[in-house]
Amino acid sequence: MRRVLLLARRECASAFDSPIAYVVLATLPVLTALFFFVLGGFFAGGTADLRAFFALLPLVLILIAPAITMRMWAEERRSGTEELLFSYPFRVCELVLGKWLGAVALLALALLATALVPLTVFWLGPLDWGPVIGGYLGALLLGGACLAAGLFLSAVTANQIVAWLLGVLLLAALNLPSLLLPFVPVSSGAARVLLAVDQRERFQGLARGVLAFGDLVYFVGFTALFLCLMGLVLENRRFR
Amino acid sequence: MMSTREGAHIEQPVVQAEGLVRSYGEIRALREVSFSIPAGSVVGFLGPNGAGKTTAIKVLTGSLAADQGCARICGYDVEAQAQEARASIGYLPENNPLYPEMRVDRFLRFSWQAQQVEGASEDCGQAIERVVEATGLSSVYRRAIGDCSKGYRQRVGLAQALLRDPPLLILDEPTNGLDPLQVVEIRELIRRLGRTKTVLLTTHVLSEVEALADRVLLIHQGRKVADDTLETLTSAGDGRLVQISVQAKPERLESVLRTLRLEIVQLRPSVFGLEESARGLVRVTSFTGEQLVSISRAVQEAGLPLLELAPHAGGLEALFQSLDTAGGVSVSTEAQA
Repeated sequence: MRRVLLLARRECASAFDSPIAYVVLATLPVLTALFFFVLGGFFAGGTADLRAFFALLPLVLILIAPAITMRMWAEERRSGTEELLFSYPFRVCELVLGKWLGAVALLALALLATALVPLTVFWLGPLDWGPVIGGYLGALLLGGACLAAGLFLSAVTANQIVAWLLGVLLLAALNLPSLLLPFVPVSSGAARVLLAVDQRERFQGLARGVLAFGDLVYFVGFTALFLCLMGLVLENRRFR
Repeated sequence: MMSTREGAHIEQPVVQAEGLVRSYGEIRALREVSFSIPAGSVVGFLGPNGAGKTTAIKVLTGSLAADQGCARICGYDVEAQAQEARASIGYLPENNPLYPEMRVDRFLRFSWQAQQVEGASEDCGQAIERVVEATGLSSVYRRAIGDCSKGYRQRVGLAQALLRDPPLLILDEPTNGLDPLQVVEIRELIRRLGRTKTVLLTTHVLSEVEALADRVLLIHQGRKVADDTLETLTSAGDGRLVQISVQAKPERLESVLRTLRLEIVQLRPSVFGLEESARGLVRVTSFTGEQLVSISRAVQEAGLPLLELAPHAGGLEALFQSLDTAGGVSVSTEAQA
């Protein structure tokens, strides 16, 4: 665990040594505030709730999560520092978890910066903090899953731009299935499958402050799947 | 006998490779390569580009698995006991990959913590102080690595390799891209390190091996072609070398040497600033006076003004040039062309 935290700290520090951290920390609050207050019609609604804010978050994460992870393996591979890391006595699982935790920590900071949105709403009127806290915990779960997928894609390419594009495409595809619902019969098996795999639908339950076991399994399973895939890629590259 | 931190007693060589085979698709990078390196040696690992040096090093450092064979570092199998084996190696990869945005002190701290094992005799501060002093990094200690000169970056790479005070140092092209002054500094540093550690050094700079190594491991087309002390190898293997220069065209010198049935290792035109001149390097079975006399007489009888006739130490350059496509160490003049 010590080496996991060491790597996570290095990843975080490295992000702050480059423009990535500052761009993410500025973009996430600005985009969410813009969508929520200006485009989302908050002032027209006249109620102090953040459902629209959390409904937008998965869409913003489609752009932000791959931006956080795109350089984490691709840059190590391009610059050759991957070989240095591999020569240190890190286990593959330590490398995987260390990178992922570093990315999660950066995202957590960015989410913290979006707290200006609920604080503004609270200033404007009475706000039920329960769903807000639940929503943020759900956002961390969702973000962790997106970051795991982004890290896997960064591990399979040495090009940061390719890693970002693949990440955006994958996350966009995972947020699209519910848009196909009008084209399938209601209550059919296909509709249930579309809802089951749709990341945004899964997240909305968490955003309402309802922690359903199925949603939890979905996000934890999704994260574990991509972390394991990343581990396999690294194991394969380290020894093959 | 050496003792590791884990208490395992080591009487075996620091590096032991047995029958290493490694292919990349159709390309066979290593073919049954076996060697061992005893403690306290400075070994020059030589070979032309694509010979298999980097593949062998990656197998030793555990970043690549061999298809067949096994390698041990300080008695630890590089695959089955990968953690322990890696912990016994200080590694400076080719091109010295570092994190340019990190400060030297922070990088060394990260590196020490990443390599740390329980029971280490030094704490982080002591280890960093030791390597900073050994590599002369104090003047750039708080500078970003990317802002350091290439020579200092190379020192940072060496410093991270030394942090754990490992018994084995593997240095892949440690002076690559440095200016002559920096080369001298890094060589002096490696020379100092070689007094207390086993060093495996890959380089294309033959003079570097001659200056630093006491043993040479030569690899060509995935096969080991030489593994001996520098002195033995540079004395020209199965024969001795004689250098002969004449004031005549190379073809005329070649025909004289061929009548003597001498193996021509090298033939070059234009020596001593003379336009029509040639220098040959021939292999003789021994340095008997009669043999030198017969060469001298043959040259004079052919009417070629003799400019030079002397035993040639050979050196690694001659050995390197003598690598033929079959992986042996004998050559013809055609191979030189």
